[in-house]
Amino acid sequence: MGVTAKISIKKGLIKPMDEIQKTLLEQVAGLHEMPAGAYNIRANGKSTDRATTAHIDIVTKTDKQGIDIVIKPGTKKESVHIPVVLSESGLTEMVYNDFYVGDDCDVTIVAGCGIHNSGDADSRHDGIHTFYIGKNSHVKYVEKHYGSGDGKGGRIMNPETRVEVGENSFMEMETVQIKGVDSTKRLTSAKLAENARIIVTEKLMTHGTQTAETCFQVDLDGEGSSANIISRSVARDESNQIFLSKINGNHRCKGHSECDGIIMDSAKISAIPEITANHPDAELIHEAAIGKIAGEQIVKLMTLGLTEAEAEAQIVNGFLK
Amino acid sequence: MLELQNLCFQISKDTTEPMNGVFSAKEDSPAGKAPLEKGAAAKEIIKNINLTFDDHSFIAITGPNGGGKSTLAKLIMGIEQPTSGRILYNGTDITQMSISERANLGISFAFQQPVRFKGIKVKDLIALATGKAMGSTANNAVGKTTSKTDSEPAGSQKTTPRVNLPNACDYLSKVGLCARDYINRDVDASLSGGELKRIEIATIIARNTPLSVFDEPEAGIDLWSFNNLIQVFEDMHRESDNSLILISHQERILNIADEIIVLAEGSVKARGRREEILPELLRGTEGCKFYSTPQMA
Repeated sequence: MGVTAKISIKKGLIKPMDEIQKTLLEQVAGLHEMPAGAYNIRANGKSTDRATTAHIDIVTKTDKQGIDIVIKPGTKKESVHIPVVLSESGLTEMVYNDFYVGDDCDVTIVAGCGIHNSGDADSRHDGIHTFYIGKNSHVKYVEKHYGSGDGKGGRIMNPETRVEVGENSFMEMETVQIKGVDSTKRLTSAKLAENARIIVTEKLMTHGTQTAETCFQVDLDGEGSSANIISRSVARDESNQIFLSKINGNHRCKGHSECDGIIMDSAKISAIPEITANHPDAELIHEAAIGKIAGEQIVKLMTLGLTEAEAEAQIVNGFLK
Repeated sequence: MLELQNLCFQISKDTTEPMNGVFSAKEDSPAGKAPLEKGAAAKEIIKNINLTFDDHSFIAITGPNGGGKSTLAKLIMGIEQPTSGRILYNGTDITQMSISERANLGISFAFQQPVRFKGIKVKDLIALATGKAMGSTANNAVGKTTSKTDSEPAGSQKTTPRVNLPNACDYLSKVGLCARDYINRDVDASLSGGELKRIEIATIIARNTPLSVFDEPEAGIDLWSFNNLIQVFEDMHRESDNSLILISHQERILNIADEIIVLAEGSVKARGRREEILPELLRGTEGCKFYSTPQMA
């Protein structure tokens, strides 16, 4: 474990976090206070707080918005938190964060974005996260998105994640967006080297007139590589979701994608899975199922004494857990 | 006490849909009373049944396939709505009540083919069963904290009451499952039919309501676990004043009931003490006076 070095950006100019920002931070990063390990907190377009460790360095980019997170080879059991909160209505930003993970690492990276918009102008956070993962490493990457505020302005997030998984490395990615984001376009692309693995679990819920589009593109380039893309989504009210997944098997490899969608009210979901085998030993599977909550599931929970609304909530909660 | 008065249930011959409209789980759905359209071809599944089930009774309902047994059980729970007739529970007319209302009055129902859920664990299901059981203090707490229309989405813990784990283990071990292996498993396709069935029965034990209806509890239970299952029902009957109604084809289950009702072609063909009915049933199809049709296996 490295010694945490706390660096405050622009000393003396930092405003303490207000309650809204704290709530957003809690929603997207599960943080009540400053986290242990390395972190960088970005609020309303500026890095407001940062800590590095002996093994994990965070450097502000000079040519564009964003940071480089450099994780030294051999770093084990350390974490990096890089939450973003936007509470000023009308703020639009484009951020580039690059992660360099050395060989033989085992780290957890928690990112996330919370937007509170109580004004009439759109608030928008676009981010491109690029991961360069070395050999024999394990990276767990958690990303949560959350929106709040009752203004007319939209809460828009367009995250893009690019991953290069090195030999024998394993990337676990969990993304959650369950509340309050009006519009999202999410693009995740991954390239896997020999014996590299990736598992992506996506949980998504849309309400009202929200729209969400997620697209996965995975290239299984290395021999023995594998990918498992699991998406569970719930679309309520008038919301609209599109799920696209493309897996290219370019060597002896295994790929699986699964999209499970629950539609409620007048919502719409499209699932467009695509698998391409460019090698005779590529094994690729896709599954997609969309439908409303099975009537018998509601009936079963009602026989336990739940009302229909409670039963529905229980089923949705479990599904997105 | 449960009373079925002049209970009828018809479906249209073409659609196999109930004549009073497809079952709807909506609580506000108008409980079906729509009359049969003149000239519509109808099939009577339940024909004017009158039955009374006393408190602390242990009654098995048996009869040939397609005789209306499962439908009768679903009518009691409110999963199907009768075309005509009334259902009284402890003197209250529950004919128009929703499934949830009947459940909260103290009626439980074990499905013949238990339902699978993605993302709901065995312990969640048992917690829901216990939390919503009659007389439980958790009942009020849960009912009040859950908003009716706009329930919180994922992440909220509102509808999951706390389960008393030692109890949950108890319920599972009663049905022959090692709690440690099962408590954190999802009630999904990873469970075998037999495992699912036992978990279903465990949820009914957990509810511990005055009336429990089991629709073919033996289906999918292996031979080795059968004695255990018999024991479960005997214990339930002995240890409480609750009533049990078991739909069953199994001689060994019929053999532990106090009373047996024979249902065939939608009508009650016989009802009586086990000692009177069972020997007659066991004489086989050719000699059994309860059946006029040769379809009894």
